[in-house]
Amino acid sequence: MTALLFELLDVEKSYELRGGGAAFRPGPKRRLRALDGVRLTVARGDSVALVGESGSGKSTLLRVLMGLTSPTDGRALYGGQDVTQLKGERRAAFQREVAMVYQDARGSLNPRLPVLDLIAEPIRHHKLRAGPAVRDRVLELLDQVGLPAATLKRYPSQLSGGQVRRVAIARALASEPLTIVADEAVSGLDVSTQAQLLNLLVELQRRMGLTLIFITHDLGVASFLCDQIAVMYLGRIVETGPTRAILERPAHPYTQALLNAQPRFFAPIAQPLQGEIPSPIDLPPGCRFAGRCPRAVPACREDDPALMPSGQGRAVACIRPLTAAA
Amino acid sequence: MSLQMSSSAVQATSRPLVELEDFSLWRQNRSVLDGLSFTLPKGQNLALVGESGAGKSTIGLALMGLLQSQGVKMAGRARFDGQDLVSLNARAWNGLRGRRLGMIFQDAGAALDPCFTIGHHLAFPLRRLLGLSSRQATERALALLESVGINDAKARLKAYPHELSGGMQQRVMIGIALACEPDLLIADEPTSALDVTIQAQIVRLIQDRVRMQGASCIFVLHDLALASQACERIVVLYAGQVMEAGLAEVVLGRSRHPYTQALKSCVIELDTAALEPPPGAAPSLDRMPSGCRFAPRCPRASERCTAEKPPLQGTEAHQIACWHPG
Ligand SMILES: Nc1ncnc2c1ncn2[C@@H]1O[C@H](COP(=O)(O)OP(=O)(O)OP(=O)(O)O)[C@@H](O)[C@H]1O
Ligand SMILES: Nc1ncnc2c1ncn2[C@@H]1O[C@H](COP(=O)(O)OP(=O)(O)OP(=O)(O)O)[C@@H](O)[C@H]1O
Ligand code: SF4
Ligand SMILES: [Mg+2]
Ligand SMILES: [Mg+2]
Repeated sequence: MTALLFELLDVEKSYELRGGGAAFRPGPKRRLRALDGVRLTVARGDSVALVGESGSGKSTLLRVLMGLTSPTDGRALYGGQDVTQLKGERRAAFQREVAMVYQDARGSLNPRLPVLDLIAEPIRHHKLRAGPAVRDRVLELLDQVGLPAATLKRYPSQLSGGQVRRVAIARALASEPLTIVADEAVSGLDVSTQAQLLNLLVELQRRMGLTLIFITHDLGVASFLCDQIAVMYLGRIVETGPTRAILERPAHPYTQALLNAQPRFFAPIAQPLQGEIPSPIDLPPGCRFAGRCPRAVPACREDDPALMPSGQGRAVACIRPLTAAA
Repeated sequence: MSLQMSSSAVQATSRPLVELEDFSLWRQNRSVLDGLSFTLPKGQNLALVGESGAGKSTIGLALMGLLQSQGVKMAGRARFDGQDLVSLNARAWNGLRGRRLGMIFQDAGAALDPCFTIGHHLAFPLRRLLGLSSRQATERALALLESVGINDAKARLKAYPHELSGGMQQRVMIGIALACEPDLLIADEPTSALDVTIQAQIVRLIQDRVRMQGASCIFVLHDLALASQACERIVVLYAGQVMEAGLAEVVLGRSRHPYTQALKSCVIELDTAALEPPPGAAPSLDRMPSGCRFAPRCPRASERCTAEKPPLQGTEAHQIACWHPG
């Protein structure tokens, strides 16, 4: 049996919202549930794509997973231990083994440091190289992400959006991590740079058994890079399993909607889903997708479907799934 | 005028909204944009596509008058509605920016001030530029948030930027840019942080506005399929030069430039098993090749390519800068 690296056990994360203002309903404090009963396990060497609606809780899930915020309820474990409680050597090991690429690449880099220092910092911190070898290693990393050596002396403000994103990726690779947790790491990159980085990640997967947890909006990227996929909608995982199988025969109507909306050359732009996206603050009873779901029946608005295994490593939260994975 | 008049007839009678003629730009004496020429007729959309660092955002910022600083030099002509932008003074810029020209910036998270609420960000330009009262501005702000698909808009007006997901921040930026109903909207990667269903909704929203108000939009897009769906015209940039330009169905459907062809081969689809990006990386600003800037990476490059810069030749419908077009 492979050892589990990350475990999210029924994680809930909610935020208290500022109330007040005459326009607002008075009464109890309003809570926004960014994550609601999320279970996810990741073993060493796994590659998991997280896809789903904007605001569905993907970044929040990564923050909980990384111990950057504690769940309101449930537990987040790394190697069997509560990730927010890691101390001493275990904490240091975690920081060394797991690297994160943030969604806001520019915001995650210190604007006062040149690229050389930004990328050298984790190398020095983890004592992976010393002296002039540090600079050589930085040059090697820059080359891997397709940036010329002249980038060394530049500051983030002097770089284009895609260049900044590649610096953030080089920095994550610098600590020679076993796991990369990436939030939209390749979005906003031109397709040839993206292809170069995806090939690099696939090579690291093959060569070092890199574990990948990857948020992306591009289902093509998800299927190229990740064996597993988890589709999120309003704080829940609504479908999960092997990427290829799910994208070939989606079971959840939201997964199908995502596939329908994929851009296609010279086709008219997909008709957006009709209906209301419910507010994560006042969630309706029943399935959260019911208001926009073309397959919804009255029962969908009454019973909240749980994520149930449907065979072949797949699970879906829907009472009328499209394909019963036989 | 009859309503049935074809769009080409409209083009012939009215001058283009944007006209670049041999437009060049230098930062610290390093060439960033080199001899760009393209036109955008009123009521059409144009996509700038191409390698990271090619100068796409720089074009947008120059058209918004946000590069009028020391260290930046411009030459050639850039006209907006017949008015030359290169020689425009600060006063005249203030009349255009925000009112007739709007921009959605690439790094949405960084463009929002963390100290102000979303409501403030939206209402401020409405009050200052359109002279709305504070109540009117709040009402408009609410409507704008709803139009970009943000649920629970009322509560979100009181939120600070960090309380919104990345995609929501991006949609707020879109709302701000649309607020003053500009004649030209520059949308720099407007949907790169959005899931495909919301992306389709936003692109349709922008398209509808373009049709209804006879406005135009310059998109910076990396998704070539989306570019083919959203835009009539495409400009392919590499290292600050136009490689290929013209009608979308020609440039993306029957590409003849080796760079455009390389880009297309990097498009990732659900069943993509291998990616072969062009070898090497884009040149750095300090070391621009003297002939065709793509020559060091081009499979068709000859001696002439490295010696002589190929001119941009062809018709409005299809222009190519290449000595050996395919
Ligand atoms: N600090 C916070 N305070 C209040 N609400 C928050 C906070 N952080 C996130 N949220 C809310 O939690 C929900 C989930 O946000 P999250 O950033 O996880 O979404 P996401 O799936 O990453 O979306 P995107 O694809 O747009 O980045 C959103 O409704 C967001 O507004
Ligand atoms: N403030 C600056 N000072 C110096 N050089 C800069 C500055 N901003 C951008 N550049 C350089 O100008 C070139 C063009 O940058 P630009 O931001 O226009 O690229 P882009 O095509 O938008 O790329 P991306 O797809 O990565 O956003 C890049 O090589 C970049 O490094
Ligand atoms: S001019 Fe030469 S090097 Fe440049 S794209 Fe054409 S064939 Fe390739
Ligand atoms: Mg996010
Ligand atoms: Mg850019």
